[in-house]
Order: sequence, then C-alpha cells, then structure tokens
Amino acid sequence: MSATTLATLHPGDIATIVSIHAEEALHLRLLALGFRTGKQIEMIRKASFSGPLQVRVGTTDVMLRRSEAAKIKVSKT
Amino acid sequence: MKRIALLGMPNTGKSTLFNRMTGGAARVGNWPGITVELLSGKILLGDGMVEIIDLPGIYDLHGFSDDEQVVRHFLHDNVPDLALVIVNTTQIERQMSLLLQLKQLDLNIVVILNMADEAKKFGITVDADKMSALLEMPIFLLSAKYGSGYPEALQAITKALRYPTPGMAEHLRSQLEQDEHIETEMARVLKHTVQVPARLSDNLTERLDSVILHPWLGLPIFFAVMYLLFQGIFIFGQPLQTGIAAAFTWLRETALVPLLGSLPQAMQGLLLDGIYNGVATVAAFVPIIVLFFLFMAMVEDSGYLSRAAFLMDALMARLGLDGRGFVMLLMGFGCNVPALMGTRVMRSRAMRLLTMLVIPLSLCSARLQVFIFFTAALFSPKAAPVVLFSLYMFSFATAIITALIFKNRFRNTEPFVLELPPYRFPTLRQMVLRGWVEVRHFLRRATKFIVAGVVMVWLLTHLPPSAAPASADTFAGVIGGALHPFFAPLGINEQLTIALIFGFIAKEIVIGALAVIYSLSGDALSGAIGHQLDWVQAYSFMLFTLLYTPCLATVATLQSESKQLKFTALSLGWSLGLAWLVSFAFYQGARALGY
Repeated sequence: MSATTLATLHPGDIATIVSIHAEEALHLRLLALGFRTGKQIEMIRKASFSGPLQVRVGTTDVMLRRSEAAKIKVSKT
Repeated sequence: MKRIALLGMPNTGKSTLFNRMTGGAARVGNWPGITVELLSGKILLGDGMVEIIDLPGIYDLHGFSDDEQVVRHFLHDNVPDLALVIVNTTQIERQMSLLLQLKQLDLNIVVILNMADEAKKFGITVDADKMSALLEMPIFLLSAKYGSGYPEALQAITKALRYPTPGMAEHLRSQLEQDEHIETEMARVLKHTVQVPARLSDNLTERLDSVILHPWLGLPIFFAVMYLLFQGIFIFGQPLQTGIAAAFTWLRETALVPLLGSLPQAMQGLLLDGIYNGVATVAAFVPIIVLFFLFMAMVEDSGYLSRAAFLMDALMARLGLDGRGFVMLLMGFGCNVPALMGTRVMRSRAMRLLTMLVIPLSLCSARLQVFIFFTAALFSPKAAPVVLFSLYMFSFATAIITALIFKNRFRNTEPFVLELPPYRFPTLRQMVLRGWVEVRHFLRRATKFIVAGVVMVWLLTHLPPSAAPASADTFAGVIGGALHPFFAPLGINEQLTIALIFGFIAKEIVIGALAVIYSLSGDALSGAIGHQLDWVQAYSFMLFTLLYTPCLATVATLQSESKQLKFTALSLGWSLGLAWLVSFAFYQGARALGY
C-alpha cells in the first residue's frame, strides 16, 4: 500500500480513494459521480498530449483532467 | 391540474420516458445534459388531465450550474403533486444519493429504475419489492426505451396521484446537508437489494473504446468518419434533392402555370417566381436535412459525443475551453440554437460565454444546404465532398482562432469532470421521431421566415414597377450597387449580395432568394450560377456565408442566454468582420496565385 494521487496512476492500476481535496462545487460533483472515501477506483486510460483521464468508480466511467485528479488522494492496492 | 415532475441525474432517460408518456418529441441523446429546458406535456391519467414536466438532469439538489438552478427554482416555485424520480439502474449504487436527498424533501415520490434492459445485460439484479419496503416508496423497474414494465409503473403513478403531496420542507439547504445520514442509508438499502457483478460485462463498449479512444488513431478515425458522412450526403442525398427539385418544376409547369394563367401578370410573378420557386428550392433540401439529422441522432444517442470530448479536451484546454465545448460545436452542426442552450451545463460564466462565442461559427444544417447547392453547381462530383469537408475544417479552424484570440478576456478555471456512458443505439422509433421533429422545425421556419423572405426579395427585385425586373434600377439593384465596394473585393456580385442580406434572417433563404433573383429553379438555377461564377468566387461566397452572422434565431438565443447586449454585439461584429477578412484573404490570395 502506498499513498499517491489519482493523477499518477497508470492504466490498469486499481486504488482506493483516501481523501478528496477539492473546492465545494467540484467536491459535490465528484460525490454525485460516486467518488467517496474508501471506494475502489480503476485507471482505464490516459489521453495523449496531457489530455484527460478515464477512470472507473463502481459502475460509472468518468473522465477528468489531470489537475482535478491530482486533488484526489488514493492508496494503491 | 395535477402536476408530475420527472427528476433524476443527467442521462438517465427522463426525456425518453417523457416522450413515452406524452407521445411528445423531446430531444433525447446519450449525453449528460441534453435537456437544459423545462418541457411539459399533458396526458389523461386516471380520470383527469395531468401535466408532466421534463426537467434537466441534476447531480444533486445544490448544484451550481445554470441547468441545476432551473430545477431548484422550479421545485421551489411549483411543488409537484408527484415527483417521478428516474434512476439509471446500472449506476444505482451512486444515483441513490439523489433519491435519498429528494426523499428528505417529503415529496410524493414514485421511483423508476430505468434502463432495466441494460442492467440485465450487465448482470445487475435489483430486488425492487424489497427496496420498495426498505425505502417506503413505490419502486418500478422499467425500460423507457423499449417500454417493458411501463404499464405497471403508469398504474402506480395514477394511484399515487390520488394522495395529496405532503408539502415541501421549508429549509431545503439544511435538510440537504445531512450527507452522512444519506451515506449510511444508501449502504443499508443497497446491501439488501442490489447485486452488482465484480466486473461489468460490457465488452462491446470496452472494445469500441479501445479503438475510438486510441491515443493515436482516435482523431484520424473521427475525421475519417466525418469525411464519409459528406461522401454519403452527396451519394444518397444530392440525387434525392435534384429529383425533388425537378418534381417541383414539373408541378409548376403542368398544374400551377395553367391554373394561375388568368391572374394579372405581376400577381403570377409573385406567386410563381417569388413564393413558389423560392420555397420549392428550399423545400427540395428537406430529405438531405432529414438524412443528416438521422445521422446526428445516431451519433448523439450512441454516446460518441462524450468520447469526442475526451479526445479533444487536451486541445480545447489550451483554448480556454473544455471537451464539452467541442461537443457543442458538433451539436451546432445540426442547429446552433440548441448548442447555445446546451452551454447551460457549464458553471463558469466566462467559459460559457467563450463557448457561446465560437458556436455560431459551427456549420449548421441550414448553411449545409447552401454549400451543397453551390458545390454541386460549381464542382465535379468527385471534388464536391472534399470541398464540403474543407468548409467544415474552416469552421473548426475559425472556432479555434476565435477562442485563442478571446481566451484571455474570458479566463476561467472550470474543472472538467464528465461521465462516459456506455455505447447505446437508438431504436428506429427514436430515429423516425427525430427526423419528424426536424421536418416540423423546417416547416415552422419555412412559414415564418422563408415565405416572408422570398416575398421581400421578389418585391425588391421587381419594384419600382418602372424598372426592368432584376435590373440595376430596382431597389435590389440599388442596394446591391451601394454595397458593391464592400463586396467586390471578395468577388461577391450584386445578386449574391442581396441573397446574403436575406441570409441574415435565416440561411435557408439564401438559395430561395437566388431562385427568385434569377427567376429560375432546380437544375436551371444551378446551371445559371455555375455559368456565371468561377470556383474562386463561389468558394469566397461560401466562406462568407459560413462565417457571418448565423441567423436571427441564433442572435436572439445569444441575447437571451447571455443577457448581455454587449456580448451579443461582440459576437455579431466579430463574425461579420471575420467573414469579410477570411473571404478577402482567400479571394485576393487565389487571384494573386493566378486562379
């Protein structure tokens, strides 16, 4: 187990969400999309040219930018 | 009248259910946020008429974007007699949070677990009866798309409407912040009623994504598919258009001319050369537009739009926009107006305005008609699709340049987080419905603008009575002559200038106006124009048509969405200036190179 942020995961990596450090509006949106402390998250793919990430939380696939992903602390399993 | 509100997260099928309940034609698509407006329909339910309201999707009750505020204000001002909460069954483990939030509001609720067909495919099983007992709410599994489970749910809705609504809690916000309670409640209900397989068995989506979202192939595939679309329009649509145009000409010669022969000369001219030629020329494009929108419906329903957002976000981020902005440009290909309204899902006002500034540059279906007409008249069948494709590239390029120039004025730090729904395919019924909506939309525009436009053009080209029709002495000739110094450097002649002026009202009028100005229709019209213009002039005219002010409806929407006269003026001025500069550079450049 090692602590890191979502942005550093590689495609295929699975991790657990430890904490979310985002402003209120983004935090609420992430909660509604299923990002909750303790939930498993899988990195599916990363777009080229530093583009967005595709991650899977539960049954939902979500894309988000690397800058937003850096606000989500995860621990790799 | 009792009122039912459809509530749920984005992309859960509220509009699909709304269409099924009301027989309505709300626009549906596999894109979170396709509905940004309130829609209502009335149906007979039980023994009384009931109003059903389709609301934009919300992630939670205290969201910050414009469309979420629409919902909050609506609930605040019009407490519904029944809230029909739609949940995407395949994502029930997270969507239940909204359901529990709504439950705390003490609304009269019936829950629809939608997309039961998809959940079954994914291996998700839900014990609806048990969930019903645990949550103390009626809950039904159904598929709004295919209709299974619908009759039972409708029965329950009718029954639930008989009870008075408990009334809404006063202090929304304080109620809503009991997230912790919601979380434990969610876990309790889910544990007892839902089984989700460890891994979703949606191989199709994964396989498609591995190609469509491929780091290197993704974008080339996007452009290749786009190119094929234009090839398709010319192969299937264009013969259809010329055929219909020929049929209209035949109808005119065999029936209308003899029928109206007894009317005075001027009256005949107005009816036949004015209204009939003008409207028939435009109407001949309806099949192409329907084909085009069937394709758009497939793209929107498939879930590809979210993928396009994923592919383009890296570029859009450098322009001060995000992937959704690119999707709005794609939606703008159909019509700019809904694309402008679609920006309501953005929370940052600066980003919303910047996106609204680039959308009018998106080549909409009305402009497409003008371009098909001109490319078919001026270019070989082989070259025509390439020319059309190049205009779409110009549309993207000018959008990019515009965003680059204005991004510092509309600086923003909007986070970008978006769902990627699985691929879905529209049913035949949904596609036919969409095609019909477009025909109806066209007919409404036709009766409102196009008839008035072509009548005006006819009058301008035939008045004063002393002047020879379409000569330099008519009002049209005078106006064209006055604007000549402005348009001559672009290679645009007086006749085309008059058409452009009326194109300001709606782009469909451009070809209708040309039919009136030249007093020709169908093949004869494209022949005359192909004879009079060379390809450089025609392309310059098309560039101007692409970029200058889209149409009155778009201007009105820019104003109503931005609520800022200064912004609307900026958009108008910019597009007009850009059109002139681009056409000028192209025309003079091509001429200097000897074309």
